[in-house]
Amino acid sequence: MAWEFLTVYWREMIRFVRFRTQLFSSLLQPALWMAFFGVAMSANFNRFTATIPVPPGTIPVDYLTFMAAGMIAMTSLFTSLFGGMSLLFDKNWGLMREMLASPMPRTHIMLGVSLSGITKSFIQVVIIMAFGLILGVEFFPGYSPARIAVSILGILTFVGVFSLGFLLFSSNISMRLESPEGLQGIITLLTMPLFFVSNALYPIQAFPPFLQTLSAYNPLTHLVNGIRYFALGSEFFAVGAEYSYTPADILLSFSYLLVFAAVMYILARQAFQRAVVT
Amino acid sequence: MSNFAIIRIRRGEKKIWTFYMKVLLRAGRRTGRHLMREDNIIEVRDLEHSFGEIQAVRSVSFSVRKGEIFSFLGPNGAGKSTTINVLTTLLPIQKGTVRVAGYDLAREPERVRESIGIVFQDEVLDRDLTVWETMEFHGRLYSIPRDERRQRIDDMLAVVELEAKRDVRTKHLSGGMKRRLEIARGLMTRPEVLFLDEPTQGLDPQTRLRMWDYIRQVNAAGTTIFLTTHYMDEADMLSDRISIIDHGRIVVTGTPEELKDALGEDVIYLETVDDARAEEAIQGIDEIRSITESPRGLSITISTDGSHCLPRIVELVRGAGIDIVSANLKKPTMDDVFVHYTGRELRDMGG
Repeated sequence: MAWEFLTVYWREMIRFVRFRTQLFSSLLQPALWMAFFGVAMSANFNRFTATIPVPPGTIPVDYLTFMAAGMIAMTSLFTSLFGGMSLLFDKNWGLMREMLASPMPRTHIMLGVSLSGITKSFIQVVIIMAFGLILGVEFFPGYSPARIAVSILGILTFVGVFSLGFLLFSSNISMRLESPEGLQGIITLLTMPLFFVSNALYPIQAFPPFLQTLSAYNPLTHLVNGIRYFALGSEFFAVGAEYSYTPADILLSFSYLLVFAAVMYILARQAFQRAVVT
Repeated sequence: MSNFAIIRIRRGEKKIWTFYMKVLLRAGRRTGRHLMREDNIIEVRDLEHSFGEIQAVRSVSFSVRKGEIFSFLGPNGAGKSTTINVLTTLLPIQKGTVRVAGYDLAREPERVRESIGIVFQDEVLDRDLTVWETMEFHGRLYSIPRDERRQRIDDMLAVVELEAKRDVRTKHLSGGMKRRLEIARGLMTRPEVLFLDEPTQGLDPQTRLRMWDYIRQVNAAGTTIFLTTHYMDEADMLSDRISIIDHGRIVVTGTPEELKDALGEDVIYLETVDDARAEEAIQGIDEIRSITESPRGLSITISTDGSHCLPRIVELVRGAGIDIVSANLKKPTMDDVFVHYTGRELRDMGG
């Protein structure tokens, strides 16, 4: 009875596979980031930080490996923020009215869309990890296969909850907006601070206090925390900064993402319940 | 695989198949469906709806009987689509009471949604889904179990003659095929009422005629049809009963015959150099039931045979020294009905 969101999911996935250009560009984009930005930046950063002594007891991590976690986070963020856009198209040229007039509970529309967005994020994350391996990213240093499997599951759980939050956010905005251009504007406005005021590309330890506080509230920072914890371990040294995560830190980051997703769910539900499409 | 074989056989036996479909639809209706005590499947009382300052629907009341084709006839912007959107739960109900298929719209919108089918005014199709996927998606939205759903898809595609287009994406279909697909989709849930919002808008004349056939066929199989249209001929040809709606109000309701009869036998169109004086000049004729002014001249409704009246009218107008530009005698059509009740011509109201 309550599984209709799988229908919405089914259709979203048909469209995902059917639009070849969208499919390939979404798969290629993170790989290209890694290949060009990642390799170029890591060549520079590694030169700057080579002279900094590594504190005893920590594992040194090169820049490419450090930023690969950030790439996973960034890709999840972009994919999720754009995930709600299909709703806007549906509203103007698609099946939104059919779905709203059907007996399916309206929350299932956003759940189906979110599930498909999470699936897309997962596919991309796996591609980045596989491609990173080829480029020389050293994830899971010295891990046993069992620990690698657990780590990957951990990363995907973090990515899933994070993506859900931003997919619900973008669905919410899409239901309230009239045009795809509006959503595009909001996304462009948001991605810059979200991406740069976070620990995705560089340590936040060197930020001015104001930006440090801001980045602590940024869901992206918490996602990156989770990914690095599972991919690199609890103690490592990168870009001249020492990282040490306790399980409590990671649990806190995860809780933060859960709360973020829950708040986004409540707000999105409101938008869907009130949605009027004529 | 077995489905393929069945379809092949059916293609050759369209008529038998249609008959079978009807039996099937009836049977489906009888079993497990909520039975209504009243004869009215839609009851609307004092419905009002406004968008901000603009009142789109003003105190509309009407009822639709089970099994009939009921039409809302009116120009664009008369409030037809707003009414249909409220009745199909797409717009919230603001004022008034509505019962559809025995359920109160305000209290049980989900029940109403389960009992109705809708064909929207503009195309509501995913251009990149195939015909079959479009149907499958809809069936799953309504939680029809898999085997039954697949069977119904085959059945409905056969009824609207789209079996050959099963795996074609909807963007490659012609306008008429898209409409038929939408009708098949609306019907696959076996609704008690099918809402058709301007079903033949933008279709070529031949396709329209075929669409009318489908609508009659669906109705004959037992589905009540609520139709909005701004085409006079469509309302006239299809409907059991018509409500003429204008400026958000129902002006008159009746069968096409009743509406036309109410006008009298014939209508004389008279265009003169001075319509106002001409109207005065012919006041004395007893057979004249009413005179309506329109931009194209006077339309004079005659209660008896118009051909006997026409010479006398011409004489009187000429006698008053008014030149006649044209005189025309016509049996009443829905156009005349509309002009009579609204004082305007429908075709002038485009946009």
